[in-house]
Amino acid sequence: MASRAMNVVRTSATSTANAQVTFHDEVVKLIDVSKCIGCKACQTACLEWNDQVLDIGEFTGSYQVPSDLTPSMFTLMRFNEWENPKTGELEWLIRKDGCMHCADPGCLAACPAPGAIVQYDNGIVDFVAENCIGCGYCVKGCPFNIPRISAEPAKAHKCTLCSDRVAVGEGPACAKACPTEAIVFGTKPDMLKHAAGRLTDLKSRGFDNAGLYNPDGVSGTHVMYVLPHADQPELYSDLPRDPRISPWVRTWKGATKTYTSLAAMAVFVVGAFVHHVGTGANRVSSEDEEKGRRVIEGRD
Amino acid sequence: MPADSSGASTVKRHPLDVRVAHWVAAVSFILLGLSGLGLFTPGLFFLTALFGGGETARWLHPWLGLALALSYLVLFIRFIGSCLWAQEDTTWMSHLSDAMSGREEKLPEIGKFNPGQKLYFWGMALLIVVLLVTGVVIWQAYFSTLTTIETQRMAVLIHSIAAVLAILGFIVHIHMVTWEPGTLRAMINGTVTGGWAWKHHRKWLRQVTGTKH
Ligand code: HEM
Ligand code: SF4
Repeated sequence: MASRAMNVVRTSATSTANAQVTFHDEVVKLIDVSKCIGCKACQTACLEWNDQVLDIGEFTGSYQVPSDLTPSMFTLMRFNEWENPKTGELEWLIRKDGCMHCADPGCLAACPAPGAIVQYDNGIVDFVAENCIGCGYCVKGCPFNIPRISAEPAKAHKCTLCSDRVAVGEGPACAKACPTEAIVFGTKPDMLKHAAGRLTDLKSRGFDNAGLYNPDGVSGTHVMYVLPHADQPELYSDLPRDPRISPWVRTWKGATKTYTSLAAMAVFVVGAFVHHVGTGANRVSSEDEEKGRRVIEGRD
Repeated sequence: MPADSSGASTVKRHPLDVRVAHWVAAVSFILLGLSGLGLFTPGLFFLTALFGGGETARWLHPWLGLALALSYLVLFIRFIGSCLWAQEDTTWMSHLSDAMSGREEKLPEIGKFNPGQKLYFWGMALLIVVLLVTGVVIWQAYFSTLTTIETQRMAVLIHSIAAVLAILGFIVHIHMVTWEPGTLRAMINGTVTGGWAWKHHRKWLRQVTGTKH
């Protein structure tokens, strides 16, 4: 069930609920990639708090375990080893992957099930399992490849930004577990201020291209990254440079396609009816029957 | 000479396998349309209640798709010979308004299927192939890792447009059955009256009775 402690501003497959999105006391989880030591305490805390158990996986030769997000693993430390051509040094780029809680969420736009995805007025985007039908449309809607669908029952899963904790005034479990404060959580103005301080620090240490990742293409996100190499987001395990809801999804979900289709079907039904009434049924006459009989009897 | 209860002469039109395949296709198509439209737009989500809810509709839909594809394959094999374009079909098409007004005296004698039916046959065959391929691509439970997400985005758009086109064709198809009384029985007991065959498919009547013209 959607939390009652936070106000819903947008609901999947529902046109009535607050078309005009106004966020109140927006929250942000800020992930400072430069401070992360790759210990994965956040991953463990996430499993713990959400009561998830991972299947035994396979070692793929990387610290990245499991190798991808799964229906139980809502956050994943993605590891990339990169040789910086300018310094000739090896950099270990570790990014905490997971739902970005977009202000303009592609999953919510794509979802066909009323109430399966909600967006709260603090910016958190949450999946509501009881309304989810397991179709996987959210996977197609998401510009970050985040939702994962479980097998039995088929339900979509992703980071909730610990909406259950936030609703009672706590921060997310991952932020609480992080030993280096690479993950911090708070109101958007506070987090932007914190990020600015971090960027000043990074720049003073030679990271000229350090920047905040809060992409405009999805109207900003409620999970943001401080990136030492913000000019090359792809370095961080393919973080998209300019994420936006795919034009295919926009067309698929667009009013033009929907209403043209519905109108065409209505026109055809009405047209068939008018044709029938207008011309009258094309009946076989007794004369036809007689002629048909003669052919069958071989007389014609 | 075979005759029905009203005394009209009858001609055999569709054998049992064709009729069974046709009804499997018809029923699965209707259920596919209803379950698919339930996911098409929020305003039609209520349609999924016919299946016991969104989860069941979502789960059932692709399996029905396979039933449709298989039954249509049978129809395809059995009908293709009668659905090739014939010379008189072009003449018939140029008199489409006569055909639509039921002035069949102005039309050439037509074989087992008229050009409209042939176009429906080929159109549906094409659309079902498109729906099958795109449907498998977006079948989350089994094939979500088969293609990239970007491919799936295109596939779901193409699938929903192809579905709408197929439904438009289906509406016309159903309409024609009611507009030409005596047609439905061809798919029930497999026969039509001699008069029906004479009126709508005279060339075919002559072929099956072996009478020359
Ligand atoms: C031929 C085999 C078919 C297959 C394998 C197939 C499969 C699928 C799948 C996997 C979905 C996504 C939802 C779900 O998982 O249930 C879907 C959606 C849909 N299908 Fe099909 N389908 C087929 C045929 C059809 C036909 C014949 C129609 C129309 C009569 C149809 C209409 C739709 C519609 C309208 C949607 C929703 C698209 C949207 O969200 O905009 N499908 N189909
Ligand atoms: S799988 Fe995703 S898109 Fe489908 S109903 Fe569930 S939340 Fe909505």
